[in-house]
Amino acid sequence: MMASFDVVVVGAGPGGIAAATVAAEAGRSVCLLDSNATPGGQIWRGFRRETARNLPHGGEFLDWTARLERTGCAVWAGWEAIDRPAPGVLRLERNGEGCDIGFGRLVLATGARERFLPFPGWTLPGVMGAGGLQALVKGGLDPAGKRVVVAGSGPLLLAVAAAMASADAHVEGIYEQAPLGRLAGFGLTLLGQPGKLVEGALYRLRTLRAAYRTGSWVVRAEGQGRVERVTMTDGRRQWTLDCDWLACGFHLTPNLELPRLLGCRIAGGYADVDPLQQSSVPGVACVGELTGIGGMEKALLEGQIAGLAAVGREAQGRALTPKRKRWNRFAQRLDRAFALRPALRALATPETVVCRCEDVTHAALESRASWREARLHTRCGMGPCQGRVCGCAAEFLFGWENAAERPPVYPASVSTLAAGASADELASR
Amino acid sequence: MTITVNGKPVWVAEGTTVAAALIMSDEPSRISVHGEARAPFCGMGICMECCATVNGVAHRRTCQLVCEPDMNVVTG
Repeated sequence: MMASFDVVVVGAGPGGIAAATVAAEAGRSVCLLDSNATPGGQIWRGFRRETARNLPHGGEFLDWTARLERTGCAVWAGWEAIDRPAPGVLRLERNGEGCDIGFGRLVLATGARERFLPFPGWTLPGVMGAGGLQALVKGGLDPAGKRVVVAGSGPLLLAVAAAMASADAHVEGIYEQAPLGRLAGFGLTLLGQPGKLVEGALYRLRTLRAAYRTGSWVVRAEGQGRVERVTMTDGRRQWTLDCDWLACGFHLTPNLELPRLLGCRIAGGYADVDPLQQSSVPGVACVGELTGIGGMEKALLEGQIAGLAAVGREAQGRALTPKRKRWNRFAQRLDRAFALRPALRALATPETVVCRCEDVTHAALESRASWREARLHTRCGMGPCQGRVCGCAAEFLFGWENAAERPPVYPASVSTLAAGASADELASR
Repeated sequence: MTITVNGKPVWVAEGTTVAAALIMSDEPSRISVHGEARAPFCGMGICMECCATVNGVAHRRTCQLVCEPDMNVVTG
């Protein structure tokens, strides 16, 4: 017998937790799914009740997780949504086993991932995403004594550097590709969101021993079998830094696989939603980073709006929209401030691997006309990550759009794909 | 607690992800199509570089998986 809920929420970061909480508080049956072992998403990854109070955003974590627990909402951890085999049904997988779940309303809160750009040496062990290194450290990796270079783009770089410094790593420098002028303009706009200014200042305080350089970026990483040094540039001169780890990510990009699979309209790189977070597909809402990279505050507001809408409390949801609009503008300003400079397109040499799963080089791709042609002829994007890494890179490098999505959106075992009720059986229920 | 990575014992604190344990072990998480050693990269279940066989189940995303006592991890 398939489990079925009034509301199913995919993604247990702030947006998903807020949506599930307010829907469950209204007395509906709600299930909150996440592929991680515990709820929290990226921002609250690894947070525990005993220690969260002193961590950035720990107060919100404590408040929301306590509120969620009081509702009795079902929390399914470790489950990945891979397909929608029939209307109102999601197929899930955990540990190689599949299961179907029915829903009346669906809230997608699948968050964002880092945007990665290829440069020589980016596949060496010890080169990680910036958020990637932070996630691994939250997952128990000890950075004490490690020499870490933080590079790429986005407000995340400062947060990562601060976390590494707090854990006794040696931060060798923080390198932001965006030019100082653009960042200063962005900083001025934050006067309307003083909390963000304070947050940035606190992160910077913890990393004062490390240089924070704008308008500079990584050229290559080198080493015998693992990264040992990185070469940086400001566009005029180059210099080299020794390091144990390079943490490099170029701002964030939304995880649109599930919205695309369900047919949600995408506009300007984000899920297109109405003021109540409803996508173009009836009964399917999108919240948080899916609708614009704006962080925890925006996700919490949008999650509440979607949760209220899912239980018919539209008026209460609408009451939150003016506040949410401020965070929408914040998200747009972030995208503008941390837009990628064209010079980053020239980092990959002909031999540089662009598709890490299949080892497809830049040289093999540059003569192709489209993402589809590249896939068919080179296997770019055909490996287990399904283009999550190289797809964004190819979009930036070659201007290819990757709009189509086919199930399963994550690799799944054959038994999961074949099992579960058949579509006909589901339709007759 | 202790887990085993490619036969090597690795001590980890409770709550450590298998991907973090892989980095501590210095074992590559996989060998790429052209023979390069790879290690965990995105840390959040996206890139699949950290996939390994855990307690006999192949292709586990180790960054999404928390260590359990005597877990057996095989990479490559």
